[in-house]
Amino acid sequence: MLLDVQNLSISFRTPRGLLPVVEDVSFQLAESEILAIVGESGSGKSLTALSIMRLITDPNAIITGKILFKGEDILTLKEPAMRRLRGGAMAMIFQDPMTALTPVYTIGAQIVEQIRIHTKLPTWQARLRAESLLAAMGIADAQQISRRFPHQLSGGMRQRVMIAMALSCSPALLIADEPTTALDVTVQAQILELLLKLRKEFNSSILLITHDMGIVAQTADRVAVMYAGRIAESGATGDIFAHPMHPYTAGLLAAIPQLHGPRINAFSAIPGAPPAPHEKPAGCAFAPRCAYRIAVCAERPPLLHGPFRQVACFRAGEVA
Amino acid sequence: MLAFAILIVIIAACLAAPWYAQNISQSDPFASNLDGSITLAGQPVDIMQSADTGFGVTPIGPTWTQKYFLGADDQGRDVAARILFGGRNSLLIAAGATLICLTLAGLIGIVAGFSGGFVDSILARILDILWAFPVYLLAISLSAVLISRGLKLGPVTIDSDSLLIPIAIIGIVYVPYVARPIRGQVLSLARSDFVLAAVCLGVPRARILWKDILPNVITTLIVFAPLMMALNMLTEAALSFLSIGVQPPAASWGTIILDGEGLLYTRPAVAIAPGLAIMLTVVALNFLGDGVREAFDPRAKIRVQK
Amino acid sequence: MIFLVLLRRLAEMVFVLFSISVLVFLIFFATPGADPAARIAGRGASPATLAAVRHAFGLDQPLPVQYGLMMKHLFITQDLTSFVNPGQLVIPAVLQAVPVTLSLVFGAAVIWLIFAVAIGVTAAALRGSVIDRSLMFLAMAGVSMPVFWLGEVANLITQARFHNTVLFSWVPALGYVPLTQNPLLWFKSLVIPWTVLAVTYIGLYSRVLRANLVEALTEDYIRTARAKGLSERQVIFRHALRMSLITLVSMFGLDFGALVGGGALLIEVVCALPGVGMLTYQALQNLDLPFIMATVMYGAIFIVAANTVVDMLYLLIDPRARGAR
Repeated sequence: MLLDVQNLSISFRTPRGLLPVVEDVSFQLAESEILAIVGESGSGKSLTALSIMRLITDPNAIITGKILFKGEDILTLKEPAMRRLRGGAMAMIFQDPMTALTPVYTIGAQIVEQIRIHTKLPTWQARLRAESLLAAMGIADAQQISRRFPHQLSGGMRQRVMIAMALSCSPALLIADEPTTALDVTVQAQILELLLKLRKEFNSSILLITHDMGIVAQTADRVAVMYAGRIAESGATGDIFAHPMHPYTAGLLAAIPQLHGPRINAFSAIPGAPPAPHEKPAGCAFAPRCAYRIAVCAERPPLLHGPFRQVACFRAGEVA
Repeated sequence: MLAFAILIVIIAACLAAPWYAQNISQSDPFASNLDGSITLAGQPVDIMQSADTGFGVTPIGPTWTQKYFLGADDQGRDVAARILFGGRNSLLIAAGATLICLTLAGLIGIVAGFSGGFVDSILARILDILWAFPVYLLAISLSAVLISRGLKLGPVTIDSDSLLIPIAIIGIVYVPYVARPIRGQVLSLARSDFVLAAVCLGVPRARILWKDILPNVITTLIVFAPLMMALNMLTEAALSFLSIGVQPPAASWGTIILDGEGLLYTRPAVAIAPGLAIMLTVVALNFLGDGVREAFDPRAKIRVQK
Repeated sequence: MIFLVLLRRLAEMVFVLFSISVLVFLIFFATPGADPAARIAGRGASPATLAAVRHAFGLDQPLPVQYGLMMKHLFITQDLTSFVNPGQLVIPAVLQAVPVTLSLVFGAAVIWLIFAVAIGVTAAALRGSVIDRSLMFLAMAGVSMPVFWLGEVANLITQARFHNTVLFSWVPALGYVPLTQNPLLWFKSLVIPWTVLAVTYIGLYSRVLRANLVEALTEDYIRTARAKGLSERQVIFRHALRMSLITLVSMFGLDFGALVGGGALLIEVVCALPGVGMLTYQALQNLDLPFIMATVMYGAIFIVAANTVVDMLYLLIDPRARGAR
């Protein structure tokens, strides 16, 4: 198992007390597998991703649980050891490629910088590698492009650069946090195709963070659906799409507009809105919006159970 | 908040200056007192004492008592009382200049930014020129001319020792500093989506100006106010120190530092105390400015240049 | 293309300088109630003397002619002479004062840049800590001190009160010693003025730098830099500082220009340095108009030039500006 997250919880110290944002999240990622974490904004999916890179810099954040990467708990790693992992064995690409690159350096220089941190390559070799990476991203005239500054490139180009940078040290794990959200639809498809192709070439595992069920269907081997800081359901992509067992997952899938069949109103597919971290109910966080709600839902949160297919719902078997 | 409290205390102390002179120091801070003496620990002490070197006289140093708390200046006047009186002028000039500066800058900024076109290019060009003009040189030049003769402009006559001269000069020279950002703000507001939407809906321009633009500009001006007042405070002190600001017999913190320059090595308190007063006030104003800025607009990037 | 841009900048500079010279001229020659002749002739001069003075100095001619004459003497024949000390040439006097001012400002700039960057980076790296808050308070105090007052206090300490202690016995008497004459003494006599002048700017720059750095550190590209495996130090110095320096460089250009252009006047007066500021100060005291005109124009040239250099520098250090043109 490349990545094994066990009982991860993230909370923030605030003037109003401890704010739990991610609660008791566990999942595994095998080698060269793509796991998608799906959820609405505020569900804690991005924070989960950042905590794996240990990039949560807020001094008020409290992170508990275990994040085993190649069997080693990275939450207990010393900072220098963590730095060697970051950008080396694990890399991350971010949502908004427009702001994720330092404006004052050429993109070539920014990729070279990363290569030079993690390898002993001399600058000229690092430069060659950066150019060949850019070429592998489908960028024609990579040599020219590597001398450009970020503002001279389009959003799609910048995201390719980000991916090239992330892959520059052949990471075992690539975390992609909403990599296509800020891009045009046509560019989205290209970037996703690129990720799939690269998974084969670089043999990296990918943790894909998204809110888009469509992207999940196209790319992921397995899915974990997050709601209000907890995993609601996880399993193989095909299973989940064919037989959602959590009412929330079912609602999400129903909200995908269909070309054929009856038209539904996407906005009313799930009534209400997810709770803010400080007003989560005592029981199941989804209960107030749930059509399958029973008395016990308000009392205690349902536990995630099952070996391969995991669901956190008291009426998991009844959802259809 | 602490900054605000300190400012209130300073202002109150300066307002109480006549009371202090009458009841505590019991001397006229504007009349020289070369032959007087006071009683210290039962002994009569001359206010102007023969210097240790035997030549000339040295004013009394700080007594740390009611009378001559901070000692006397070279005219035998009570420095503590003069600092309180001087503070009135310093604060008055700084506040008056701030008012003038913000009003003019607001007007120019709004007119330039909102009318656009020819008027805007002319005003922007003038602001650019004034921006390139060394501010202190402008202030000093204007002061030097006006202080030497006063101003006779048609029916208006301003005496050369009037406080209006430093107030007007300091108020005017920093106008570009404020007007340029205001113009930029008005310009971007005038092009913003909600104003465009209002224009499309047929809302009259005057109403847009009143409802959408003015409140924003006034917020910016309020943020600028304490910072400009701090800057004006320092400018007033500098002009007065160069003896082209407040004219004797009136005093300000700047002139008292100048008075103290000659006594620097013998009676340093005369020069140090008003400097500390300026520093305390300006620090308080700057902190107040930071507070106001954070309260109104945490992401504002306003910088008042020196 | 470049040539055209440069030409346009040059034309703009000339236009600004022309406007400034007219403005200064009007302030001194055409302010209501101002009469240069009365000042030259002295108080209580008879009308006949006044008329004679007016004629001798060309003050009876129309204002535009007077302006033209003054500009001709200042820039073309360069033989402008003082009104107060007849025969004293203005331009050599200004040129003589320039090295003093340059020495003062250059040294102070080195000090203030080093300290401001050190303090700003330290405070930003330790943002929110006690060290950050105390450094920023000190910086605020530095900005809030009247420069001339600080100069006097420094003089008091180093020239009188503690002059005989080990700490300050090396400080020479006030004044200036040319670098070419005695480099060591040049250095010693300037250390205190440098420091005094630097204090304000250390305060200003460190506060601006800290604010910029703290803001930069919340940017997405900083997260990217961290995700690449850079250490916190590398993140701050290579990525955050590099961006923040853009602001600082433009501030520095303008402040340096303003100081060399005569903004160091107060320090020069307090520390008895015969620089351009001192010259301006003396000319203002006796309203020696040609001198004022010369020093103000000299200052304006420096400031306008600094503005232009900063604009050009911007293109060099901020690639985004290049794209925008």
